[in-house]
Amino acid sequence: MTTPMPESALPILVTVLLLFGALATVAAGLVRRRLAWPIAFTTLVLVLADALVLLATVVRGGPVRHTLGGWAAPIGIEFVVDALGAFVVVVIAAVAVAVGVYAREAVRRENPDQEVAFHGMLLTMLLGLTGMVLTGDLFNLYVFYEISSLAGYALLAVGDRKAPVAAFRYLILGTTGASFYLLGVGFLYLLTGSLNMADVARLMPGLVGNPALPVALALMIVGVGLKMAMFPLHGWQPDAYTYASSTTTALIAPIMTKVSAFVLLRLIFFVFGVDLVTRLLPAGWIIAWLSAAGIVVTSVMAIAQRDVKRMLAYSSVAQLGYIGLGIGLANPWALTGAVLHILNHATMKCCLFLVTGSVALHARRTSVAQYAGLGRAMPWTFASFTLAALAMVGLPPTNGFFSKWYLLLGTLRAESFGLAAIVVASSLLTAVYFFRLLERIYTAPATGADLPRGDASLTLLAPTIVLGVAVLALGLGNAWIVTQVLQPSLPGATRLPGM
Amino acid sequence: MDLATTLLSRWPYVFTIVLLLIGLYGMMVKQNMMKKLFGMNIFQTAIILFFIVHAYKTGASVPILDEALGGDPATYVNPIPHGLMLTAIVVSVATTGVALALLIRIYRAYGTIDESELLAHLRDEDGA
Repeated sequence: MTTPMPESALPILVTVLLLFGALATVAAGLVRRRLAWPIAFTTLVLVLADALVLLATVVRGGPVRHTLGGWAAPIGIEFVVDALGAFVVVVIAAVAVAVGVYAREAVRRENPDQEVAFHGMLLTMLLGLTGMVLTGDLFNLYVFYEISSLAGYALLAVGDRKAPVAAFRYLILGTTGASFYLLGVGFLYLLTGSLNMADVARLMPGLVGNPALPVALALMIVGVGLKMAMFPLHGWQPDAYTYASSTTTALIAPIMTKVSAFVLLRLIFFVFGVDLVTRLLPAGWIIAWLSAAGIVVTSVMAIAQRDVKRMLAYSSVAQLGYIGLGIGLANPWALTGAVLHILNHATMKCCLFLVTGSVALHARRTSVAQYAGLGRAMPWTFASFTLAALAMVGLPPTNGFFSKWYLLLGTLRAESFGLAAIVVASSLLTAVYFFRLLERIYTAPATGADLPRGDASLTLLAPTIVLGVAVLALGLGNAWIVTQVLQPSLPGATRLPGM
Repeated sequence: MDLATTLLSRWPYVFTIVLLLIGLYGMMVKQNMMKKLFGMNIFQTAIILFFIVHAYKTGASVPILDEALGGDPATYVNPIPHGLMLTAIVVSVATTGVALALLIRIYRAYGTIDESELLAHLRDEDGA
């Protein structure tokens, strides 16, 4: 780096807003319960505004940093944000605002007793997740990882009476994952004496050949993989998503695993460096093939499910497989596809989970069979559901098509025709479970007496429509995102030619 | 012979690994969720010890600058791992607290904290 990175308070503002927002939400909620949501929602909107300004700043002027407490890195902790990081923060904040609109009514109807704590926890989890993206320090990342996890366990435990069981199982696995990551950090600290990501990356070439380095890498990949629900470490996820309240699932499913995927990308490409990783371990190929196996296995599992929410949960693991595949292949096309899929899957999966939530609240239906005939009863809800479902299958011009297209190019570039076949075949598997559902929704006669007439209330409906439109808009605007935001921040060797 | 002396000279690390394995065993094999939680705590403690063992120096002083000892880093123990582990201990306590709260809720709902029994309950309720 020739010129010093400019300082900016924008990254830390995200964290500060969420922290004080969470405290203010709980404090105001104790006085008057109805105050909790407005404060939480205002915080989310402010965070989104800040994230957008941050993204604009970074796209125009390059990466920015914030040195915490005036201690310069590598001794102090710093937040470092490039376009990629700012992009992921915008995705988190945007999904959070959409879910925030939905949460007002949904939380009051699903778990009115926990309303205040729920909104506070929601902000705390977002604090952890955005922190994981923004920080430039390995141990700080662990702390944010645990903040988001702890809030996540609490949120996942709010639901029906089965939810705490799933949350506890996730707690044991998630903490193990975090501990593995911490142990990996310990190894790296032993080797380098530094915790700053950029500093560790600088010292990395001198460590080639040290037997502790592959151990550190493997520990960190397993640790992050557990939180990412990377196949075969995904066992905790379907139960946890299915039993939790709809607001929690709609927020955690699109965001939490994506942030972990982003952290994996950070570690492999920015801390260890992709050349080193491939020399140390066949890590890329292991991640790619495990992801591919995960895509197939969990897609088949999704087809076998009777509960719509559980079907979507399995489908989430499969979609995470695409991101893992892209990171594992580590060539420009695959990596572009993976990063684009972080955004795309966040929008479509959030939309799908919000629809299952409003159908459960409004029409009291949860299983595939019960969805029969709802297409006519709740037309707008299912219009956006259909758009998101088509994006999941990967039909143009929805956004899902473009990320899969880049991934397919990536597999072909790597001359791995087995993986290419899996990417194509998995689209067909996805089509099987979504078309089966869409057929019920639109052609089968409705069952049950209490068929709703008309869509759910506007606060439940509006976020799904906005996300449905976003699925189309992001598909049409994908070229701008790829050229303006993603390409400049990827490491040199992993950029598309001509950019 | 060589391996034995290496292991003996690094017995704190060997001890850490044994603790890690005990913790993993508890989490993976035990059906009682309380014992799983014990396993998790042992696992976390092992990692805390790993950092502390690394930071320890025989004969070194506490990491507070002392006029008599001078500024040579070799005369002080490394404070960073201790600081990190202070945070890790806080995290561990918080996690244990959340886990215990969940266990109480589970026990109130089902009257058991045996994982295989609970999973059978979950499948029953899903089928119904």
